[in-house]
Amino acid sequence: MPYGVKLLVSGPRACFTRPEMKAERVSYDTLTPSAARGILEAIHWKPAIRWVIDRIHVLQPIRFQSIRRNEVGSKAPAGRIKTAMNRGSLEDLALLVDEDRQQRASTVLVDVAYVIEAHFELTARAGADDTEGKHLEMFNRRAERGQCFHQPCLGTREFAADFRLISDGEPLPKAIAETRDLGFMLWDIDHSRPDRPSLFFRAMLENGVIAVPQPGSLEIRR
Amino acid sequence: MSAIQNRYEFVFLFDVANGNPNGDPDNGNMPRIETQTQLGLVSDVCLKRKVRNYVDLVKGGEPPFAIYMQERAILNNQHKKGYEALGIEPAPKKLPKKEAEARDLTRWMCTNYFDIRTFGAVMTTDVNAGQVRGPIQMTFAQSIDPIVPQEISITRSSVTNERDAEKERTMGRKFIVPYGLYRSHGFVSASLAGDATKGTGFSEDDLELFFNALVDMFDHDRSAARGEMNACRLIIFKHASALGNARAQSLFELVKVSLKPDVKLPRHFSDYIVTIDRDNLPAGVDLIERL
Repeated sequence: MPYGVKLLVSGPRACFTRPEMKAERVSYDTLTPSAARGILEAIHWKPAIRWVIDRIHVLQPIRFQSIRRNEVGSKAPAGRIKTAMNRGSLEDLALLVDEDRQQRASTVLVDVAYVIEAHFELTARAGADDTEGKHLEMFNRRAERGQCFHQPCLGTREFAADFRLISDGEPLPKAIAETRDLGFMLWDIDHSRPDRPSLFFRAMLENGVIAVPQPGSLEIRR
Repeated sequence: MSAIQNRYEFVFLFDVANGNPNGDPDNGNMPRIETQTQLGLVSDVCLKRKVRNYVDLVKGGEPPFAIYMQERAILNNQHKKGYEALGIEPAPKKLPKKEAEARDLTRWMCTNYFDIRTFGAVMTTDVNAGQVRGPIQMTFAQSIDPIVPQEISITRSSVTNERDAEKERTMGRKFIVPYGLYRSHGFVSASLAGDATKGTGFSEDDLELFFNALVDMFDHDRSAARGEMNACRLIIFKHASALGNARAQSLFELVKVSLKPDVKLPRHFSDYIVTIDRDNLPAGVDLIERL
């Protein structure tokens, strides 16, 4: 992997929601490749590049906690926004939260830390001056200085992620000594298809490390 | 008003005396607690609710400071007058592309609603532009020391139903935290305010209003349940650039809150010492103390 990066991410809480349990959110056991990609993109991304996650190292024991919160049940309806916009008045364009209450529990991870090993590929939208070196340099520079496009998060935005670049040659922190089958896990969302289907893979934690299949490999299931 | 150009982080300290800062619906409205450490929690959404209420109170719910996520107590119809007075002309261009239309709707919502501009919102469209991420991100507030919630039994000398008349009085329960100092961290990502396509247009004025809200919001959120809640410190780190000049966590670590050595049982903010390690402030980061 000539253009690989290693990033240490950590935080007091995280929620990588399982798609089958998203009303009352239950987190996956670990960081998912798509959430890892989101963290990298929060630091540096351009349409010219695509992040590919290679490995995820789990550094802390997997522990859960339940949090119940008052949430709202609906999204802002586009039709009503359009009407209000045409009419030029905000009347009735608001969401009364106490009338649209849902109390939802989230089962979230506590005290997490991961190392993301990833690289990027140039996409069809790369221009003549988009070299791999340039983007790698930009990412490393930003991550080293703690710069980011927006603060990355661990699944949901209330769980902000602290990040630190692991520079070349620096030894990796020790992963947990645990080997287990994590079952099918979300690999990523296929944004290139019209209905944006989810892609899954069989996640195996081997001595604390998950090897993530590369794009296009047969291990990725629809 | 142009969008903010700097990244910020902030440490917000607030305390509660004899009140319940944030009830846990899972635990019969007992104050939220992290079970493993006994540290008290206040959810991010709880604090954002208070910011919304404060802005609604101060700005009267009129655009460009209307609040989309409202509590019922707020009167909707006041909006109209203010809106007409301002005479903002909506621009519903008949655009052929659905995405451009969705973007127009989103932009219009951002322009008019403070909470959408600040915290973002999800709006129903089948294009991505219908989802806004606001520049301000807040995390759970956690108490500095373990809290011990107390259950207080209270009586009411009248009854609700006639059939209970002979009982003369009913009993109720209240949960209070005798004292708790909470620490919350927040992030302001300038890129999400100023980005050409996805930016919400969150401005310097909006930021000023937001920080005012943090300082003053508890003064307008008095209730029987809350007890005495009070904003104690607001320490802001201003980066020289939009992308930032230092790791957020390294800045948070400069602010240390500890119990005074001779105090065993904290009961007041003065039982704590807040130290800011100014000497190690990274280059390109300004420290602003609002409280």
